[in-house]
Amino acid sequence: MKMSGAKILLECLRREGVQHVFGYPGGAVLPIYDALYDCTEIEHVLVRHEQGAAHMADGYARATGKVGVCLSTSGPGATNMVTGIATAYMDSIPMVAITGQVRTSVIGKDAFQEVDATGVTLPVTKHNFLVKRTADLPRVIAEAFYIARTGRPGPVVIDLPLDVSIDQIEWDPESYTQNVDIPSYRPNTRGHELQIKKAAQAIAEAQRPVLYVGGGCVAAGAQMELTELSERTNILTTTTLLGKGSIDETHRNSIGMLGMHGTAYANHAVNNCDLLIAVGARFDDRVTGKVDRFAPNAKIIHIDIDPAEIGKVVQPDIPIVGDVKLVLQDLLKHVKPRPWSSWNDQIMEWKRLFPLLYPDDGKLYAEYIIEKIGEATDWKAIMTTDVGQHQMWAAQYYKTRRTRQFITSGGLGTMGYGMPAAIGVQKAFPDETVVCLSGDGSFQMCTQELMTASVYGLPIIVAIINNRSLGMVRQWQHMFYSQRYSHTNLEASPDYVRLAEAYGAVGMRVAQPGEVVSVLERALAVRDRPTVIDCVIPTEENVYPFIPSGQTVEQMMIRKDLEQLKAKVHTDSEVWSFADEERVLEQYVETVEKNQ
Amino acid sequence: MATNISTAMLAQLQQRHTITALVENHPGVLARVSGLFARRGYNIESLAVSVTENPDISRMTIVVGGDHLVLEQITKQLHKLIEVIKVVDYTEQPAVDRELALIKVGAEPRHRNEIMQIVEIFRGRIIDMSDKTFIIEVTGGSEKLDKVAELLGAYGIKELVRTGIIAMARGPRTA
Repeated sequence: MKMSGAKILLECLRREGVQHVFGYPGGAVLPIYDALYDCTEIEHVLVRHEQGAAHMADGYARATGKVGVCLSTSGPGATNMVTGIATAYMDSIPMVAITGQVRTSVIGKDAFQEVDATGVTLPVTKHNFLVKRTADLPRVIAEAFYIARTGRPGPVVIDLPLDVSIDQIEWDPESYTQNVDIPSYRPNTRGHELQIKKAAQAIAEAQRPVLYVGGGCVAAGAQMELTELSERTNILTTTTLLGKGSIDETHRNSIGMLGMHGTAYANHAVNNCDLLIAVGARFDDRVTGKVDRFAPNAKIIHIDIDPAEIGKVVQPDIPIVGDVKLVLQDLLKHVKPRPWSSWNDQIMEWKRLFPLLYPDDGKLYAEYIIEKIGEATDWKAIMTTDVGQHQMWAAQYYKTRRTRQFITSGGLGTMGYGMPAAIGVQKAFPDETVVCLSGDGSFQMCTQELMTASVYGLPIIVAIINNRSLGMVRQWQHMFYSQRYSHTNLEASPDYVRLAEAYGAVGMRVAQPGEVVSVLERALAVRDRPTVIDCVIPTEENVYPFIPSGQTVEQMMIRKDLEQLKAKVHTDSEVWSFADEERVLEQYVETVEKNQ
Repeated sequence: MATNISTAMLAQLQQRHTITALVENHPGVLARVSGLFARRGYNIESLAVSVTENPDISRMTIVVGGDHLVLEQITKQLHKLIEVIKVVDYTEQPAVDRELALIKVGAEPRHRNEIMQIVEIFRGRIIDMSDKTFIIEVTGGSEKLDKVAELLGAYGIKELVRTGIIAMARGPRTA
């Protein structure tokens, strides 16, 4: 059958199971858009800026585990997607980004809207292709999807010149195959048997083990295996920002997130453990702080699908290269049950000593809003976030029940990610509740996508944690730059309620804790359009705990009013004596001294 | 100057590795490899690329500095590039390596005999001659080429170009 490159592209996408493409047209992709005009099987979502398209495809991929697809024209269309592609790359998200390109005959001649897309995206893609002949297109698409979703997933760019889309060739759609064989690309999925036995042995021998779980566990879909491991061995589990949900955070074995803004107890646990089992995590600097003082007394097991992660930051004692799910399945064959240990009690005591708390003083706090969002949705809402203080509060307070429920830009830390990601999520799951927790800074980086959400009638809820400043930068200026708040003041901002209404969304404002529940109820009742809630919180709030960049647990800052907050909480719940507390503190100091 | 270099160079030599990467013979592969080295801050001392006995495959011989941990990362990162088929480190296996240099040296008639002697001792060849210059071709290990260049320096080197090292395992083994 004679088919144009554009038609072949859509047919191949269809055969890859693609149902949604997020994109924006332009000169170099006119033939593709013409083919889309009467394509019924693939829904194209018209965005307002190509960065939004990339974030939507990324959000879609994170929520579903499938490959997200975005499409832009050449030149500025391609460069606008770069931030989104880099975001996906840093967090290992499977994505295929298709960029238009000028005709092959004028490539390299500085043609109108020409940019070297494969060159520009080279450092931020798992792989990229410049298609020079229409006949290559089916193979390239199959390889692109295969590379994006297998091994350590990542974004792949296909740069598609105009004439390649136009040219007609004889092609049999039935010849398309997803069975790709690239001799130079064969990811190892099965862990080494001997290493797995060694790991099981180390787990059996450990006195003070901790599980440290990252995004690799999510990518592998290994929540069940991980939970089984944690339950059988009674090893308490901390996750990274991207690993959130790998174990239900209401599970008694979950000790929350670790790292710079992680829980104090997770950080103390890692600091004092004698065995650290890293599962699909990459020892990011936001997790480790000062690397040579990270888990200083621990033997390290490192399970990762990417061999290059082994030894990149720390040298593990027992490296295991393989798919996290398969490795954990094999590991579970050898791991014997362990009872709840006094070490776990120790961690629980740290948890009582340094709980996550915020004031109940009549002011509206982000933490409260996040908890109320959770309660109002039975902790089932899929939450996306932007980047900054609100993101860290969300990580601390949004009790994530499952993987793919907490969607955030971790590695690149891309402000503006949250709302387009929420659109991608809602497109994938029209019936789910999707909440984007944003900040007033982040929200303004991709505001235009509110129109996209509005046009498609997507009932996403955008809660803007509005402190009228770039809170996280302000926090650092507060602590390390003598309160010189250089250019972090956002007092001059639009009226978000009226802005929402201008975009056809519902706009609401909340400034009192007492109003939060009713506002959320009203927002959740809206099912045909987005809702923006302007949540006005105090400017001065900082995120605690806080381990400053490149430092250790010893430098961890705890909020100054924690003692009063604890006293208040414990007067009406469990009995808490200061004698207890002193004993626990002494014990902690002893343990630290003994271990170091 | 020679004495100044020696200790520093010795340390460098201990940390110098010759690795070979077999890669798909596609346009852009060189950019991927060199981009990787630049991005991750690895130091390339030399890089030689050419097609192999199989026209679909190119062979890159790369000399890099760094300890074994750095080398391990380099190898793994190279492997991650989709178009890299195989990476071999020649540091710890018997291998031959060679480099070729072309040296344009000042050759006044009164110096020609001396220069020709040097060339002969190092089994080089004079492949071009003018009233004032020779072009000398020398092959060998890098240290030999360093030495030739040093000796010819006395006569004034006008231009010098080296291919970068290429290497091959000894015996029947192939990369």
